[in-house]
Amino acid sequence: MTVEPPLLEVRGISKSFPGVKALQGVEFQLDAGEVLVLVGENGAGKSTLMKILSGIYARDEGTIAVDGREVDITGPADAQELGISIIHQEMNLMPDLTVAQNIYLGREPRRGLMLDEKALNRQAAALLGDLGIQLDPRTKVSTLTVAAQQMVEIAKALSVDARVLIMDEPTSALTDTEVETLFGLIESLRASGTGIIYISHRMEELKRLADRVTVLRDGQYIGSLDRDEIDVPTIIEMMVGRTIDTGSKPEPFDTAGRDVVLKVDGLSTRTLLKDVGFELHRGEILGFAGLMGAGRTETARAIIGADPSTSGRVEINGRVARIRQPADAVRHGIGYLSEDRKSLGLLLEQSVTTNTIAASLGRFSGLLGIMNDRRARRVAQQHVEDLRTRTPNVEQPVKLLSGGNQQKVVIAKWLVRDCDILIFDEPTRGIDVGAKEEIYTLLQKLAATGTSIIVISSELPEVLRLSHRIVVMANGRITGTLASEDATQNSIMDLATRFDAAEGAAA
Amino acid sequence: MSSSENGAAVATEARAGGTTAAPSTPAWRAWLQQGLAFGTLIALLLFFWAASPRFLTWSNISGVLLATAVIGILALGTTFVITTAGIDLSIGTGMTLCSVMTGIFAVDLGLPMPLAVLLGILTGGVIGLLNGLNVAILGLPPFIATLAMMMIAQGLALVISGVSPIYFNDVPSFQSIALGTLIPGLPNAVLIMFLVAALAWFLLSKTIFGRITVAIGSNEEAARLSGIDTRRWKLIIYIVAGLFTGVAGVVMASRLGSAQPQLGVGYELQAIAAVIIGGTSLMGGRGSITGTLIGALIMSVLINGLRILSIQTEWQNVVVGIVIALAVFFDTLRNKRSA
Repeated sequence: MTVEPPLLEVRGISKSFPGVKALQGVEFQLDAGEVLVLVGENGAGKSTLMKILSGIYARDEGTIAVDGREVDITGPADAQELGISIIHQEMNLMPDLTVAQNIYLGREPRRGLMLDEKALNRQAAALLGDLGIQLDPRTKVSTLTVAAQQMVEIAKALSVDARVLIMDEPTSALTDTEVETLFGLIESLRASGTGIIYISHRMEELKRLADRVTVLRDGQYIGSLDRDEIDVPTIIEMMVGRTIDTGSKPEPFDTAGRDVVLKVDGLSTRTLLKDVGFELHRGEILGFAGLMGAGRTETARAIIGADPSTSGRVEINGRVARIRQPADAVRHGIGYLSEDRKSLGLLLEQSVTTNTIAASLGRFSGLLGIMNDRRARRVAQQHVEDLRTRTPNVEQPVKLLSGGNQQKVVIAKWLVRDCDILIFDEPTRGIDVGAKEEIYTLLQKLAATGTSIIVISSELPEVLRLSHRIVVMANGRITGTLASEDATQNSIMDLATRFDAAEGAAA
Repeated sequence: MSSSENGAAVATEARAGGTTAAPSTPAWRAWLQQGLAFGTLIALLLFFWAASPRFLTWSNISGVLLATAVIGILALGTTFVITTAGIDLSIGTGMTLCSVMTGIFAVDLGLPMPLAVLLGILTGGVIGLLNGLNVAILGLPPFIATLAMMMIAQGLALVISGVSPIYFNDVPSFQSIALGTLIPGLPNAVLIMFLVAALAWFLLSKTIFGRITVAIGSNEEAARLSGIDTRRWKLIIYIVAGLFTGVAGVVMASRLGSAQPQLGVGYELQAIAAVIIGGTSLMGGRGSITGTLIGALIMSVLINGLRILSIQTEWQNVVVGIVIALAVFFDTLRNKRSA
């Protein structure tokens, strides 16, 4: 085993962008049939490193060796030839093409000048069969679930005979059952000798999968741990440079005697929600748990009027509120922080300032609608300091900030608006461990000062960590509500799968 | 104010992250496109000046400015629409309809001139309102909605005028709206263009209207979820653009001394070209009023200069086409670098 050169070996890689040293002296090695988990906070340099390996960026210094032979990767074609394939965090599939058409995009089998659809589908079916993925190659990608699309991405990456497969946070949009399917696939790839580089924030996954862990921080190589040395607190410490406590529960919270600030009754939508009702108390953090597609995000969107509902009643502070569009919800003091920050939460090209005041523009404009930009900047600056948002200045376009810092800008937007009720949909998705803790602390402080909070999360430890009570949904219905002290991962999963058995089996 | 203090108190104890800053964008990048447009304008001026002594005479310059006025005013109005990632194809024929309606009010109905002018401008507002209803309320794609309006306006202009020009000969001082000289040597149309530009600049960069225009263009759904009533604001934006069209229609009629129902087609594309050359993004979220003004000037300087050099009209179109392609090319280059 030791005589053979590693499948992929990287040494002393450095890369600078104007004004930033993105990577410095990074090294790792990957053997055939091994899963290397690469961890690091956002901005640690993982993506840059992967882009160098896949030929999108050129390195400034360092060597890359495949099978002990030094290679030069100058473009994506080189990477493909060397058998290095990458699955990006953002999906790169064409929604209107079929599974087979996507997998062999640009490499379609032909007969003369004509495309040979039959051969294409046959080829794709064989590949999917080999990988144990049960999908019809003729299905249009837009009709697939996120998880199934991910499988298509993996099949596509492997269709070019990849020896090294790079996965960038592949589970961030998957439910637990889907994650299991993905892990099964990874196991069989490992067994067949594919080397896998797996980028993740999730510690449970790392424990499950990793043969080796490599940690990056601020573009620096911090260290690698072999399977038997892997220990979560150690890794988190390496990632963030400090210790963090995990697994705690919130202070007990007594709903009796607290005002009900939000009461939802009989909320239904045409497609999914059926008779959803719950109460939110002042200063409470109410968790919403459930599998993907259970209707948690849909509930939030129906409450704020982003999507139409067919029936239902929303009471705010005991008074019926007519909410037909998000502007009405905001007027009633409800803010919704979407799970999809980039496409639903932020004005990406606009500055931190503009984003910070985006929900309160009226308050920053006076006579004739003239904007008070100085005050806007001051308020934005204040929130940058309070939330410790990492940005060079408040004029920085938010698209240049990391995920955690973008989330802080979104939070600042709603703090400025001074909402009584905040709905956080996956508040820490794509955010690194250190920033997660900051956001948890922030939510708890907000609740302590009287803001009522709904947290929708697919991460059970997160729900358990934050929520005073937990509402569990399945198939568009609420299947149970648990008090913090009674809630465990098992009791939540039990409720989350209750109305869902048939569908679970089909997936 | 209480809100931010509340947030402040809450947040101060949140645990610190690191202190490394994200990379910053140099300011020059933000101004590259506009600087480029401005540089192009200067280069063109120098080139034509060197090529022909007739170019840099006051009479020629003021002629160029006068020729810019109508397209310039149209372009300024449509900058708002394009900044929302929309498009308005109806401004050319819409302008013509406004000219014709001004003629109907002033000549056929004999209304007092200022009232006729006001109604002519409001005609533009109505066109904008209809565009806005189709786009914002019914949800038609702006391209289709305004294409339809382009044809409707063209048809109406012809029907209402009976396919013949309406002359303003008997309307006292109507022509001085565009051709009078409040500033000696400078036609009023040019003055109007600069005033309209100042107003547009103020609206886009200093008011809530402008901020929302940019927000909608940057990410309409995020703006909506932030509590901005995007449908209402889009309606308002199209109405404002329509009012600019109305002003252009009046200036056009005044300059020609007549409302010409056959004119108008093609003006919308020239105006859109001026906006794009000026660095406003067709993808929305980035608009520049000074850029639009410079873009409009580049187009008319180019046409005027080529004419002075006795280059055939047909070739003038080729050159303008190339300039538009180059402008958009540099725009994509700029976007790539800052991505």
